[in-house]
Amino acid sequence: MSIAETMIPPQAPPPAPPRPYTLSRFIGSVTLGVWLALAVGIFLTVVNGWDPEKFSKYGPSFVSGLGVTLMLVISSIVMGAVLSLPVAMGRMSKNKIWSWLSYAYVYFFRGTPLITQLFLVYYGLGSFRPQLEAMGLWWFFRDAWNCALFTFTLNTAAYQAEILRGAIQSVPRGQHEGAAALGLSQRVAFFKVILPQAMIVALRPYGNEIILMIKGSAIVAIVTVFDLMGETRRAFSRTFDYQMYVWAAVLYLLMVELLRNVWALLEARLTRHLKR
Amino acid sequence: MSGLFAALFSVFAWIGSIIDPLCGPVGVFRWFGTGTLLACGDAGWGDEIAYGFLVTASLAIATLPVGLAAGFFIALAKQSNERSLRLAANIYTTIFRGLPELLTLFIVYYGLQILVQQFLAGIGYEGPVEINAFVAGMIALGVVFSAYCSEVLLSAFKAIPHGQYEAGDALGFHRGKTMRLIILPQLVRIALPGLGNLWMALLKDTALVSVVGLPDILRQTGVAARVTKHAFEFFGVACILFLILAMISSVVFSALERWTKRAEMRR
Repeated sequence: MSIAETMIPPQAPPPAPPRPYTLSRFIGSVTLGVWLALAVGIFLTVVNGWDPEKFSKYGPSFVSGLGVTLMLVISSIVMGAVLSLPVAMGRMSKNKIWSWLSYAYVYFFRGTPLITQLFLVYYGLGSFRPQLEAMGLWWFFRDAWNCALFTFTLNTAAYQAEILRGAIQSVPRGQHEGAAALGLSQRVAFFKVILPQAMIVALRPYGNEIILMIKGSAIVAIVTVFDLMGETRRAFSRTFDYQMYVWAAVLYLLMVELLRNVWALLEARLTRHLKR
Repeated sequence: MSGLFAALFSVFAWIGSIIDPLCGPVGVFRWFGTGTLLACGDAGWGDEIAYGFLVTASLAIATLPVGLAAGFFIALAKQSNERSLRLAANIYTTIFRGLPELLTLFIVYYGLQILVQQFLAGIGYEGPVEINAFVAGMIALGVVFSAYCSEVLLSAFKAIPHGQYEAGDALGFHRGKTMRLIILPQLVRIALPGLGNLWMALLKDTALVSVVGLPDILRQTGVAARVTKHAFEFFGVACILFLILAMISSVVFSALERWTKRAEMRR
């Protein structure tokens, strides 16, 4: 029989087993390496091909193009929001004619490409020139910018009407009944009870719609509006310098990421009462 | 051998001309468009537009499997334990969801051209290089589609409870078999509505490829509009053709959805 006479001194824990070198780790390193190489390559081509003359010549036009893009997106989103109200009301209305008409409107604008709609307005309405001149509308449709604004407004109104309708219909029935039980009139119930709850649901889709419009607005370059994409194409066709597209890509990415982050903050702020 | 292929090809072309919904023997343009601008053959633009319809549909259908497969693997990468893999996948989706599709298309089209030219110059060939617009469009649209698709599939993966994987382990399946037999059928069912939306977006984005010269619906109708000066009619036809494609796909997708949910149906 043996008696332990000495305490075993405290020992360090066994070393953690080394992480196995898995296939996914290998693929991850390789793809990260590819991204890094791409980033460095693009950076180097930009540095090597840096031309102060080009920058001073095309830099301001890029800025003005950015302004045109933002202007187009903001005004069409705002005007589309106004136009989407009657369309959404029509979609929810019990009147067969109204609901059918607004359904057809929404289906047309969501079912066809934006670029086709733009061509239909810009080139197509040109064949009705005498009639438009007689109505005094030709000055409006003669300009590519106006046509783009008109098309984008109609297009985004269709999408926003669907967002609005989905959000309003997602508010549970009990909220309507509760408001009615409190004796609120229909109008007050809609604006003070239903709409605020619907807007929270609609927030994320609205953000996505704005991002889609920013990206979609690039196609106006094809009908000779000099937005960011148009300025890029012009600069590229004059210099044959691939960097121009890199600059445009960076600017578009910045816009979209900025909007996405702002929207995430906004959503976190507006839904803080729903967090548990 | 080549004679066999030629024969096969002509048989396929003949079958295609029989079932052609626009300019075939029972085509819409053949029946209602004769004598108008949409007549088939040399008299009108019907056959050109029918060809554009075919190009648009085949571009979208050719892009779909590529984008789906890429999106699936990117979704797997995004939920991997490996941090570098997740980061790489997230960079990919951030870039290609943030860029306008048109810009992606231009970058692919001109970038590929420059790359191929430099490669060929490296091995001693100097000369003009022309990239196929169909391939460039397929790559650009596939890249965009896969970026969005990975997000849809990722959220579908998250909706599948962990117990399903454990059930696969308990049955002694290895990982691939668990994925194939247990996870994928549920994944398809959950992700199908989102994938349907992405397909619609893809269908509409194909119109952009006309800008780099692919003879799709929009380009063919645009050429017809420029030649005949009847722009409104032709672009209206383009809109209607896209609407028809959208209608066909929504019918197909609702049938698919019914089929994937056949287990949940009440008998």
